[in-house]
Amino acid sequence: MSEEGDDRADALFHALADRTRRDILRRVLAGEHSVSALAAKYDMSFAAVQKHVAVLEKAGLLTKRRRGREQLASGDVEAVRSVASMLTELEQVWRGRIARIDLLIASDPDQED
Amino acid sequence: MPVTDVQHDLDNLTLAITADFAAPVERIWQVYADPRQLEKVWGPPTHPATVVDHDLTPGGRVTYYMTGPEGDKHAGYWLVTAVDEPRSFSFDDGFADLDFNPNPALPVSKNVYTFTAHNGGTRATYVGRYASAEALQQVLDMGIVEGATSAINQIDDLVAS
Repeated sequence: MSEEGDDRADALFHALADRTRRDILRRVLAGEHSVSALAAKYDMSFAAVQKHVAVLEKAGLLTKRRRGREQLASGDVEAVRSVASMLTELEQVWRGRIARIDLLIASDPDQED
Repeated sequence: MPVTDVQHDLDNLTLAITADFAAPVERIWQVYADPRQLEKVWGPPTHPATVVDHDLTPGGRVTYYMTGPEGDKHAGYWLVTAVDEPRSFSFDDGFADLDFNPNPALPVSKNVYTFTAHNGGTRATYVGRYASAEALQQVLDMGIVEGATSAINQIDDLVAS
């Protein structure tokens, strides 16, 4: 891996090494959340949650935008996905199709075995 | 489980899966040759497929849409490029609007499906190739949602690896 890749991996692992940050990332991957709505989910200060959001943002896993007085955070699915994981995701789709063919032929009424 | 082998080629963005089915080659071919059977296997249970046009001949088109839980529709088409019934067929798989006009902004994958007699049943090999990582990304983002939770699961994979 290149040095740049290593640095990026360091930032990713650092960002994901914390349970609260993984939880925040799960939420923002599912949809946009305001930082104050996120802060309400955790038993910690707004500033502490904001700090976690900033670490995820620095690692490129999350992006923020302003709407009025709110900060809205959303997860960057692309940053989480690598080519390897994308092929694995596609593999699951194909495995589903294959399993359905298997079921379909097994349900043939005239099947002998 | 009928899947016997899976190959990921990261450089060529190719996925190859081998599966052994307990039915003759002609029976497996029929799944693809019959639109009513094809729509039973193509879309995941959450997004059942409806096949509209079905012409499994060279130059022919197969069109379909998948319907999501909220009634959202995602249309796609196959452009059939080669057919050797019942042993193999090749097609370009792309996205379309709901009138089945191909959407040139979205990626097309090249697929080859092959069926051979094996141990009294059929060995099927499915090979799909994508032009770029971005294309693969888009394909996963567009309606094929079977693995929708996997982006989230990957967070755990990243931490565990």
